[in-house]
Amino acid sequence: MHVSITHSILAVITSDEEPAPSGSAVVFRIRDEKERERVAKYIGAITLGMVHDLRNGTYIVVKHG
Amino acid sequence: MTMSSHLVGAVILGTCAGALARLDTLIVDYRQYPSYPQGYTIHMTLAVIAAFLGAVAIPALAVKDFAAASFLALAATQFREVRAIERETLLNLEDSELVPRGKAYIEGIARVFEARNYLAMLTAFVSSGAVVVAGELLENLAAALAAGTAAGALVWLAIKRAVRGQHVVGDLADLELAPIEFDGPLLTVCGVVLMNIGLEEARQRYLREGIGVVLTPKDPSAKATLANIGQRQAIAHDASTVVGITKEVDEPYFTPLVRRDGKTGKVVMAIVPAERNPEALLEAIRRVPVLEAAVRRPTASVAGRMVD
Repeated sequence: MHVSITHSILAVITSDEEPAPSGSAVVFRIRDEKERERVAKYIGAITLGMVHDLRNGTYIVVKHG
Repeated sequence: MTMSSHLVGAVILGTCAGALARLDTLIVDYRQYPSYPQGYTIHMTLAVIAAFLGAVAIPALAVKDFAAASFLALAATQFREVRAIERETLLNLEDSELVPRGKAYIEGIARVFEARNYLAMLTAFVSSGAVVVAGELLENLAAALAAGTAAGALVWLAIKRAVRGQHVVGDLADLELAPIEFDGPLLTVCGVVLMNIGLEEARQRYLREGIGVVLTPKDPSAKATLANIGQRQAIAHDASTVVGITKEVDEPYFTPLVRRDGKTGKVVMAIVPAERNPEALLEAIRRVPVLEAAVRRPTASVAGRMVD
């Protein structure tokens, strides 16, 4: 049987320098915009998740089932 | 003519009539199901058994074999299994679909398969019954078989007429093309947000190759039916089956989504098709069957008419 975590944030790719409180998602801090999008794209492809742009310098990767 | 010869004739003719009726409905349409020899084998085998059960009922009663007749009624309930088999098969295949059918669509397909077996059984029942009755009255085997054939054909035509009344999405809504737009990362069609696409190259592909469609419901009942999530998933599945999609498993953003404007009841869809033929896409959506489980008729009630 295929089991996977869905509808939850798998990764956060952000330019935010402030330390984030701990949570279930892995946080990647990347200052460069292009590099951030590249990492978001790769993590999305690897996890088969969807990359969403929160427009505050943060991308999140969510698997939607 | 002996009594038994026309009873045997009734059973054989009825079985053939029922099996032919089922064969007639065993079409491979654009939904590509069933489209393999194994599928035909399963359904034809079940159909012959169903037809035999239907054909044997009246001859069994004619010789006053009530035990056989009631046993057959019991056996007929086994055909409910057909629905379970179809459901299970299609549910197991869901993981291997790029755009799943959705549970409501699967349930609809499963019900159709079960119903078709009963229709085969009914055709066999009527046709063999006609042979028994005509055999009693006319005392001539050939005339009785002719009467059975005619009765079987008539009932089958009547059933086909009745079943053909199935509605399609084109009956419920007016379809038109609409441009795909982006509000930042938000993909919108006619102001309805479909999804948040974070990657610039995916947004560019939507703008270059994507097609947006707006479905405007024709009446309040259609609005309620199109709001059903299963119905919307069926539209996404059928549209992507017919015109194809360019999505790969690691590109969830190219999954065609069907979303609804809560205020107006309009339903919008965005898709990046494999073949960019907007007219073909509209026609594919028009022909999506309206799922029985999704049908709502609020206007059929007093309160519903007051709202309208």
